[in-house]
Amino acid sequence: MDCSHVFDFKVNRLVVVFTLFLAFFFVTPLLYAQEDTLKTTSAAHAEPEAEKKFNLGKFALHHIADSHSWHVIGDTYIGLPVMLYTESGLVTFNSNEFHHDDEAELVVEKGGQRFVKMHEKIYYASATANEHGQFVELEGEHHVKNARPLDFSMTKNVCTLLLSVVVILAVFLNVASGYRKRTGKSPKGLQSWMEPVILFVRDDIAKPNLGHKYERFMPYLLTVFFFIWFNNMLGLIPFLPGGANLTGNISVTVVLATLTFIMINFNGNKYYWKHIFTPDVPWWLYIVLVPVEIIGIFTKPIALAIRLFANITAGHILGLALIGLIFVFNSAAVSLASVPFALFIGAIELLVAFIQAFIFTILSALFIGMAIEEHH
Amino acid sequence: MITGSIAAIGAGLAAIGAGMGIGKIGSSAMEGIARQPEAASKIQTAMLIAAAFVEAVALFAVVVALV
Repeated sequence: MDCSHVFDFKVNRLVVVFTLFLAFFFVTPLLYAQEDTLKTTSAAHAEPEAEKKFNLGKFALHHIADSHSWHVIGDTYIGLPVMLYTESGLVTFNSNEFHHDDEAELVVEKGGQRFVKMHEKIYYASATANEHGQFVELEGEHHVKNARPLDFSMTKNVCTLLLSVVVILAVFLNVASGYRKRTGKSPKGLQSWMEPVILFVRDDIAKPNLGHKYERFMPYLLTVFFFIWFNNMLGLIPFLPGGANLTGNISVTVVLATLTFIMINFNGNKYYWKHIFTPDVPWWLYIVLVPVEIIGIFTKPIALAIRLFANITAGHILGLALIGLIFVFNSAAVSLASVPFALFIGAIELLVAFIQAFIFTILSALFIGMAIEEHH
Repeated sequence: MITGSIAAIGAGLAAIGAGMGIGKIGSSAMEGIARQPEAASKIQTAMLIAAAFVEAVALFAVVVALV
């Protein structure tokens, strides 16, 4: 089947946008990429590399966490802009100036202030190093006592967010223009690929849960559905354009859930509020029921946020753990078992990416539907 | 010697509970579809929602264990 017409028209514009987006980050890091390896190896690591035991938990958690630089391959990293709001104003520099130091061993001086990075958090550096060569004061194993500037950096997740916005806009502007050009005719190209999915959201998610008032909520439901789905899929790509774990980041899912929270409560009618504050029960039950109902307002979006976060995070950790088994046992033979199994999990994750977008959207629709329901 | 935290045991228990729950949902959905194949799509949707609720409880436990 010839599918080339799908990519004919908008693809050139898409390529230009992507290239510009990536070029923005590519320019500076190339200057740094080469010299980096020398500096990090000389930086105070006394113990030989081979004696370090592979820590699977640390490895997996590091990979699903947000980062100030974007790993490409080997020792090549794309430096992302670091933006700090300090006591004396905004300070910006390229994250490659830390030379991938994540243990607060390298101090960056900018605008008369000194910064260190430890476990992907940026701190004001201490005047002198501690016994491990770190320019921070530690309390216990991990707790850092140093003050932190407000960090507004373009991290890996922020870049992925922008990238996904570009992708979603490109796809949907294309589809929208298709509907404008071919009003009343059969869909074509990308349009015929998206139409069943949009109809799925309308007929299987919005209509059964929202009733005849579904049209008002379609923009929100479609946006949430495609945002989560596209970002889940981007998160599954292990190399450059993907690789970030956006929907597996609790902040992102909390924002999405907050939007649903606003949609539920701002559209809730008098029956919804009556159900919460004066339910049809004997008055002495109010002491129990009203607090429970009020807590229920908040647990719904919290459950939405944690469900999405935990599902995507668990999927990523599972894949990383299976691949990590090779390094735990330190033998290539393990890959005979772990790689096919990781592939299998990857296939399941494709399904989960869709199901989680579906679940988030249908539960949002369900909750909104409960809030706007008219009683007879 | 086996080292590790007791949180891992909690996560494992949560996984057992959720496994039983989702198994029950799946088996009931299968029975429902076998009795009434024409309602398959509706049953599937309801099944997914119920499974999501059960799964969420297990994932809460995993998150608590991680933290």
